[in-house]
Amino acid sequence: MTGMLLAGIFALAPPTAVHAYDTPDDGGGAVTIEWQLSADDMHLQKYEVYRSENGVDFEKVGLIGRGRNQIEDETEDGKQYTYKVAAVADTATVFSEPSSVVISTAQWLNRKKINIIVAVVVLGGLIMFFIQHARRGRELFVRKIAGLHAIDDAVGRATEMGKPILYCPGIGYIEDIATIASLNILGEVAKKCGQYDTKLINPHFDPIVYTVAREIVKESYTNVGRPDAFDPDSVYYVTDSQFAYAAAVDGIMLRELPATNFLVGWFRAESLILAETGASTGAIQIAGTDQVSQLPFFVTACDYTLIGEELYAASAYISREPLLLGAIKGEDWGKVIIGAILIAGSIIGLLTVFPIMSLFD
Amino acid sequence: MKRNFPLLLVFVFGILGIIPFIVPHPAVQNTDEFLRNNLLKILAAFALILGLGSLLRVHFDKIRRKGQNWEYSWVLIVTFVVTSIIGLFGGVSGTGILPTRIGSFAFDIWTIYFNIEVPLGAAMFALLSFFMASAAYRAFRARSAEATLLLASAFIVMLGVLPLGNDISPHLPSFAQWIMDVPNVAGQRGILFGVALGMLATALKIILGIERSWLGGGGE
Repeated sequence: MTGMLLAGIFALAPPTAVHAYDTPDDGGGAVTIEWQLSADDMHLQKYEVYRSENGVDFEKVGLIGRGRNQIEDETEDGKQYTYKVAAVADTATVFSEPSSVVISTAQWLNRKKINIIVAVVVLGGLIMFFIQHARRGRELFVRKIAGLHAIDDAVGRATEMGKPILYCPGIGYIEDIATIASLNILGEVAKKCGQYDTKLINPHFDPIVYTVAREIVKESYTNVGRPDAFDPDSVYYVTDSQFAYAAAVDGIMLRELPATNFLVGWFRAESLILAETGASTGAIQIAGTDQVSQLPFFVTACDYTLIGEELYAASAYISREPLLLGAIKGEDWGKVIIGAILIAGSIIGLLTVFPIMSLFD
Repeated sequence: MKRNFPLLLVFVFGILGIIPFIVPHPAVQNTDEFLRNNLLKILAAFALILGLGSLLRVHFDKIRRKGQNWEYSWVLIVTFVVTSIIGLFGGVSGTGILPTRIGSFAFDIWTIYFNIEVPLGAAMFALLSFFMASAAYRAFRARSAEATLLLASAFIVMLGVLPLGNDISPHLPSFAQWIMDVPNVAGQRGILFGVALGMLATALKIILGIERSWLGGGGE
């Protein structure tokens, strides 16, 4: 391990300037080693990295192909390590000088995510500003969203026809924001069902979402003064198998013939199976998801589709609560900022591609 | 208190969910891991019991009322009980205390899963192709300028991925790819920007207790 040259026809130039440092922005347990490539890099097979805890006995801890000068080594936090890098050719192995001592530690802040934190703080600040704005009683304009505007009519139609309303929250889990947004809308739809005394059918894919939804529907009926109208069996768990769930919901559509189908939440391939079956029964269909790949299916097979962010704006739009509407205004300004950054970035990019700036030299 | 306690819980766990994103320290990451992998699984187990209870209650009620197609509820209940017994006492692959093999006929939970559940799921998935055909027919009827544009671009994209497209014009496949890579991606990104901002706003509203629809409404 200590020899400079083990065997060989010509003397290889060793890697130089070996620098080992605690890997930044991590949870500890790692050291990054960098070096300057050997002058004979093109003749090498690989570089081998050796580590020592006492500065004398080195053991091999990694290898990397020629032309590359950085590697990360798994370490134990708090221990002192020294590294050497060996340039390995067919006939010879030559070692660098050892690095200085390095100790790995865990960090409390990932600096690579500071840009995201800044963006979240700016956008969150905008949203909070407009919420305060709304709190002061300022009127806020929100454009008409056809799908949400149709909810009253859809519930009314079901009431007149004496048929139920089917609310399908998709196959998302409680940690999916689309599922949470869907549950928010479910609360508002359940209120209207309570007011009009319309039967609600709410089958579920995930048991946790089911328990949350059941409480939401129960609270909604209570809030409109109709706790007696709440049927505990209207909200129920079916299965956590994707296509078994689709089959169950299709069965409900064909047996119960709901007047209105809400397909709002997180969907995958079953979206079109559900939407096409619903369309074949003649029900009014209001769909909504943030899954870009499923949106075309819903747009094709449903009467109204909440596209992406409209899903998140829905509960504010339906409830007309000023504080929630303020948040939508904040989102809009966030989009203005993103749009401005994109335009500025495009202009700067074009100026770089076309040497317009050189005109001002 | 009935309203404030859930709001407090959401605030605390919402913040606990954000912190691991920016703090890589093991003390924080391990807590996050515990919350997600242990606590959530325990919650899910309890919720599953409630969920299965609700499923059985709905079907027993349907049998009692003699609702439409009530006979099928017996199919669900019987298969539920039989599979539960096999799963609980027969072990995952027939290694439990209950024998799950008669001669060469195995009926352990894996065999049931792979020979009944998987083919049934595949059959449902296969229906998708027929639904796609009927949806495509409806979408591609050129009733408006937008629908005509959709029809034209879909026609080009479909031709572009076929050998026939290349025979018609060698530029057709690259034009089809351009439609997928440029206008299609531009539209998708527009939606995704809105989705990202919507997610942020929804998360903030829920964590800060501004959005209370999940509590059954916005009342105090």
